[in-house]
Amino acid sequence: MGKTLLQKVWDLHKVRTLPTGPTQLFIGLHLIHEVTTPQAFDALRQRGLRVARPDRTFATVDHIVPTRQRQRPFLDVMAEDMIASLEHNCREFGIPLYDIGDDRQGIVHVIGPELGLTQPGMTIACGDSHTSTHGAFGAVAFGIGTSQVRDVLASQCIAIEPLKVRRIRVVGRLARGVYAKDVILTVIQRLGIGGGNGYAYEYAGDAIERMSMDERMTVCNMSIEGGARVGYVNPDETTFKYIEGRPFAPQGDAFERAKTWWRSMASDVDAVYEDEMEIRAAELTPVVTWGVNPGQSIGIDGKVPIAAGADQRSIADALAYMGLRAGQPIAGMKVDVAFIGSCTNGRLSDLREAARIVRAQRVANGVKALVVPGSVSVQRAAEREGLDVTFRDAGFEWRDAGCSMCLGMNPDKLEGNQVCAASSNRNFKGRQGSPTGRTLLMSPAMVAAAAIAGEVTDVREMLDDVPAGVR
Amino acid sequence: MAAEKIHIIEGRALPLRGEDMDTDRIMPARFLKSITFEGLDTHVFEDDRLEARRSGRVHPFDEQKYQGASILVANRNFGAGSSREHAPQGLRRWGIRAIVAESFAEIFFGNSLMIGLVCVTASPSDVEKLMSLVERDPIAVLKVELKAALCQAPGLTIPVSIPDHVRDTLMTGAWDTTGLLLDNYEQVNAVAAELPYLSGF
Repeated sequence: MGKTLLQKVWDLHKVRTLPTGPTQLFIGLHLIHEVTTPQAFDALRQRGLRVARPDRTFATVDHIVPTRQRQRPFLDVMAEDMIASLEHNCREFGIPLYDIGDDRQGIVHVIGPELGLTQPGMTIACGDSHTSTHGAFGAVAFGIGTSQVRDVLASQCIAIEPLKVRRIRVVGRLARGVYAKDVILTVIQRLGIGGGNGYAYEYAGDAIERMSMDERMTVCNMSIEGGARVGYVNPDETTFKYIEGRPFAPQGDAFERAKTWWRSMASDVDAVYEDEMEIRAAELTPVVTWGVNPGQSIGIDGKVPIAAGADQRSIADALAYMGLRAGQPIAGMKVDVAFIGSCTNGRLSDLREAARIVRAQRVANGVKALVVPGSVSVQRAAEREGLDVTFRDAGFEWRDAGCSMCLGMNPDKLEGNQVCAASSNRNFKGRQGSPTGRTLLMSPAMVAAAAIAGEVTDVREMLDDVPAGVR
Repeated sequence: MAAEKIHIIEGRALPLRGEDMDTDRIMPARFLKSITFEGLDTHVFEDDRLEARRSGRVHPFDEQKYQGASILVANRNFGAGSSREHAPQGLRRWGIRAIVAESFAEIFFGNSLMIGLVCVTASPSDVEKLMSLVERDPIAVLKVELKAALCQAPGLTIPVSIPDHVRDTLMTGAWDTTGLLLDNYEQVNAVAAELPYLSGF
């Protein structure tokens, strides 16, 4: 009987079964940032412990950093405190830090892959639930809490229960204007936001195999929004081509040996899965969330639900919060803000696709539109292509790299009950920094279309006017 | 580090109705802007509480009758979303020592275990019975017993579920795992030595 990638990685990294039952799992790469680590470092100091593997720990700043006026000290005293604390901790424990002003700074899930740190067959942990992003490379990557960050710092291990694997096959071709974001929003809508509890999601099928690494990262990123702590894609030539030549990638002969090993870590053809599901790519349309969790979504042609059935209470609550009438079409809903960025959709290909829509267009009157590249590297690459000019000419603000308005921990926040078309990952109540702010999740191209139209609109109609895309 | 051995949580309860209560609601992100967990108790469900006040309602966490409660009763998929440990830390510091819910999101469940906050599940109908009982009788004392896997209230006993290893971890005080993970460290080094990506392939 064959094994899944998850089983192979698990077996290889398992130190032992702990007396209480869970597995002690070695973590090959630990990524850290300013928000979920200060208390973990304090705990180390209190217990007189060292960082076990500073050589396998890498830090950056993303959650609280301003996306303009980045001179130090930051205007926000608490943000300055947090970044200073991370700087101090990294110095004290010998951990490399890609700080503000460093060309390698960016959202932790964007820079890991960019630097070639993220590789197939690894275990990766980070104090952030979107760590599942790194699974796009065939790594097993966990989001963890601060006490577990303490454990990984101290021991390079975590205590964790084994996961089941659900294979999600996406077969056939996506239509023009339908993206990786629409695939994952559909998965979450169908399986539910708690449907992945206890599972790792393995994404497979020809539609996934045709995806670029950026697209695979978008899919894996939102696994956690479906309740699955881990999501992954088996490594293939697309993966290897992406990694080759990056700063932390193996070089020369080592790269050839690495490829052989990486291939061997992919799920076997006769691997057994605890569950399977299939999605027909051709049936998908652009997806928009209408509610207050990422599972509450519909196709752009759809109408928001009527509060009925088992979920009556949740639906009614979500509609009231969003200011929607039961049964109203989602197309045509006015937006106040358009946000393109985040670890879900803040990569170069996302910005390119959005730029295609806004080229020679103008952001609608009264709409605040901003683009926040996922990393300095994405920002520079986009600027080399002139995308910053395209966005600025259309009336978008072009910002510096960080998490920004995905969670509003920096000055980029919604105000009052503004409606935001967002390429990020969560539409929870208050998520974007205003307790009454409203978020509509969609692909970056759909956000661009909403910014131009001033309302939720079908990007496929706008794409008719621009040159054909990658598919 | 030896942690407290937890067998029974006894106290008054606080019913919190609603599915998919996410960690952004439990602890809005702006309160994560601190280098300690101190003071998080005052911000638990802050935005929901403000919203309730604005619309002339009282949020359960503000209800006088539920002050001092130590057992939270909740619905499906409690703790969805972000991995912020600030959410269970805030609840624990507010005084919650156990949560009885229909189900939990995985990372929240794990984070709670790491700080000795007991999470047990019960059937939707039993959760409803428990909530109704507490709403009728807010001074009722509930008792969550880990060994027996029961939640008892005056005139009501319901079965609760907790994975064996989680129960054992709490009952033996092994929920602070750092020490455990540092035992036999040569074994960890042996595993690391076998990893191709740590030895140049």
